[in-house]
Amino acid sequence: MPSNISLLALVLITIVKGAVLIGALLMAFAYGTWLERRLVGRFQLRLGPNRVGPLGLMQPMADGVKVIFKEDFVPAQADRLAYWLAPALVVAVALTAFAVIPFGPPSVKLFGVPLFYISNVNVGILLILAVTSIGAYGVILGGWASNSKYSLLGGLRSTAQLISYELGVGLAILGVILLAGTLELPQIVEQQAGTWFGFLPRWNIFLQPLGFLLYSIGALAETNRAPFDLPEAEQELTTGYQTEYGGMKSAMFYMAEYIDIVLVSSIATLLFLGGWQGPFIQQLPGLGVLWFLVKVLAFVFIFIWLRATLPRIRYDQLMDLGWKVVLPLALLNLLLTALIVLIWPWLGGGG
Amino acid sequence: MELGYLPILIYFLLAVAISTLILFVNRLLGPRRPTPGKAEAYESGIHPQGNARGRFHIRYYVIAMLFLLFDLEIAFIYPWAVLYRRLGLGGLLEMLTFLVILMVGYLYAWKRGALKWE
Repeated sequence: MPSNISLLALVLITIVKGAVLIGALLMAFAYGTWLERRLVGRFQLRLGPNRVGPLGLMQPMADGVKVIFKEDFVPAQADRLAYWLAPALVVAVALTAFAVIPFGPPSVKLFGVPLFYISNVNVGILLILAVTSIGAYGVILGGWASNSKYSLLGGLRSTAQLISYELGVGLAILGVILLAGTLELPQIVEQQAGTWFGFLPRWNIFLQPLGFLLYSIGALAETNRAPFDLPEAEQELTTGYQTEYGGMKSAMFYMAEYIDIVLVSSIATLLFLGGWQGPFIQQLPGLGVLWFLVKVLAFVFIFIWLRATLPRIRYDQLMDLGWKVVLPLALLNLLLTALIVLIWPWLGGGG
Repeated sequence: MELGYLPILIYFLLAVAISTLILFVNRLLGPRRPTPGKAEAYESGIHPQGNARGRFHIRYYVIAMLFLLFDLEIAFIYPWAVLYRRLGLGGLLEMLTFLVILMVGYLYAWKRGALKWE
């Protein structure tokens, strides 16, 4: 952080930047639902919502208005405080994780502070992992507080799934950290600038193909998306930990889910796909945001595509995949990467 | 305290404020018409039988314990990965020893069926 601006200015700029970022993320949630419904409609040879506004673009607004006027309801047997806390917690945590996500190059500054991220700390990616793991509390609290069997079982399943795949994600990210030699996200992206042999971008995905695959599997499982959407397996558990939730509180769980999708897509973009790196970035650094958003959107599209394509897997298969396939493979990936970095220390730019 | 964390704290407070505000607005605008039937937990149409917060399967505890073990291990590997180029071959061998010991425990847990779901 620059020392040449006053503390008050820093606080004010941060509040403005934070408000814009949160607004953008809430819009991303709204239009994430729209995009998903439209796309899944197309995948299933339907049209999807197209009545409210042009192309159905006002549909999220109509949904929002509907949901905010819904009854604010607490079941009789519920633990009131935890029942309230859970949706607020998952949303707050999902939003907070974006504090260290750089959307563009740090060279673009506004009043002496980098414009495209809230802050850059030397534990960057570790902070994101720490913050997102708090989200698991929201799920288990929501499931427990409702005092319904569906909710409790869904919450337990969901938590077991989250923590199982968190290991794979943590280890897959370690491969990139080994190459980069740093936890700071802007620095990891800077190292992916340029090309190999003149045409191949120096993205980490080409050095860490297995790591990228494992991260993507883990990201799908951590966001409870198909084919890992077991907590919401309607046939078995109604809607899992959300069963007793309605109206705005239910919508907030979805809000957290979509914001988390954007989050894991952003992390994948930063760690494996070169973040804001792209053509003409030297001449026009602000263009980086566009490249970043294009990559994130491509990742989000794949999320929706997978949901329309793959059937849901069974719970024992899910746990087997997490513990017996992803975890050992991620460890193997870590050791192989360590060996390669030992032989060619200049690889990945962290040397 | 490093100044880099101050914006994160401010942003965090902002995020908490927004999520509280959304809940509050809903409480303000939404109707409240509780009925005894509505307040019951959903159990596919019948009255709920007993308390939901009963006992649940031991496997969840086993998974939680294994997770703690591995997550701590991963937390240990992060600083190692950052400093890896400076540690060199010695660092790799040390981490290998650490992981081999851990793998023995992992394979033991696997063999004893701790990872088995039926």
